[in-house]
Amino acid sequence: MTIGVLGLQGDFREHLHILEQLGIAGRDVRNPQALEEVEGLIIPGGESTALARLLDNSGLFEPIRQRGHRGFPLFGTCAGMILLAKRASPALGRSLGLIDIDVARNAYGRQIESFEAELEVNSIGRVQAVFIRAPQVIRLGPEVQVLADYQGQPVVARQSNVLVASFHPELSGETRLHEYFAQMIVERAHS
Amino acid sequence: MEKGTFRVKSGLAEMLKGGVIMDVVNAEQARVAEQAGAVAVMALERVPADIRAAGGVARMADPRIIKEIMKTVTIPVMAKCRIGHFTEAQVLQALAVDYIDESEVLTPADPHNHIDKWAFKLPFVCGARNLPEACRRLAEGAAMIRTKGEAGTGDVIEAVRHMRLIKQQVRQVVQTPEEELVRLAKEWGAPLGVLQLIQAEGKLPVVNFAAGGIATPADAALMMQLGCDGVFVGSGIFKSDNPAKRAQAIVLATTYYQDPDKVAEASENLGEAMKGKAVGELEEHERMQTR
Repeated sequence: MTIGVLGLQGDFREHLHILEQLGIAGRDVRNPQALEEVEGLIIPGGESTALARLLDNSGLFEPIRQRGHRGFPLFGTCAGMILLAKRASPALGRSLGLIDIDVARNAYGRQIESFEAELEVNSIGRVQAVFIRAPQVIRLGPEVQVLADYQGQPVVARQSNVLVASFHPELSGETRLHEYFAQMIVERAHS
Repeated sequence: MEKGTFRVKSGLAEMLKGGVIMDVVNAEQARVAEQAGAVAVMALERVPADIRAAGGVARMADPRIIKEIMKTVTIPVMAKCRIGHFTEAQVLQALAVDYIDESEVLTPADPHNHIDKWAFKLPFVCGARNLPEACRRLAEGAAMIRTKGEAGTGDVIEAVRHMRLIKQQVRQVVQTPEEELVRLAKEWGAPLGVLQLIQAEGKLPVVNFAAGGIATPADAALMMQLGCDGVFVGSGIFKSDNPAKRAQAIVLATTYYQDPDKVAEASENLGEAMKGKAVGELEEHERMQTR
């Protein structure tokens, strides 16, 4: 199994490092050809405005969207969650719309409000979560399953082949969410 | 829940990697930068080239300008304070900018000390010409480093010099036997703890951007190939003929720095770059990097 990490901008190397720790092959994906060679894709943390623009210019927007609709596994952290949502506010050009949630960007406030907290993720356990200018889910579709919440806000969610987290497991060295994502890929291969 | 931890401070810099941070002096320029794909803007009263031209004392920007820029864009907003001027930094924290740059581009306020950055909830980025300097800034609590280069010149030579030197010195630390680190710390004037951290991680423990003299897409791609994590472009964009186009082109070249075809495409038909001033023509007292 090879998992791709969108390598246009942001902390994609940290995600690759977590995959390496798990003994999973990872590669950065910067163009549509590279997307053909991976079984799942992680959209990392980064600056969502810049990432949205680069996603459009790279020719990756449509291939990711089409694959996502056909069951291709996707995992987005922070900016990645914003790009995978149906709608973001303030708006960000096009959204991939692959998970039925709406998100508010920078919802906790500016950097001074960024924080770390320990929280419980269903079927994973306690994780140290790093929230950086993080988004919040402001609408949750009926098909979306919440795997973790923090202060009443959903912070990890899944809708069939799409997993999102509003924090950065890759920054605290947390490997279990990536392991969970790898399991989603294995399950898809066997279904 | 804990705010202002080092992980939260350095984490924001991690999110900016692979991106371009642009100097802007008003809300309109900030909008241009955001639309071009900047990952953050640096709110200033004057870009470094104009600070050079104006002479006199350069200080923190008027909070009104910073606030207007913060209202206009959703990307992170950074702002500069003078070296050692911790009350300017307190003001910037009160304004809730996202990152503070303790910058040699402004006139230094303390001849001996930099700001104790551990005392702040907001993260700091600091300039460095070499690894010992970067280590001292990290010991004071900086969460991000940038090469100083020579700001406001449009001449990339100093940024290249500093980036190559830092990379070379990191390799030296990694290869130094553990028992010789104390001697190296003494020789360099670099805190031992930070050197030990670099040795353990095999790299600088924070994000390192290039700055000071980057004016073209090829300059940005050059710095990325030399191993920086992203670039600051100061005067290079809004002192050029076509800022919006040049800003987009530099973003593109920073993303696809390994692809000369894309850098070529980005470089085409941008109009005049900033005129600039060769570093070799500067008088010693005109150099900002030695501050």
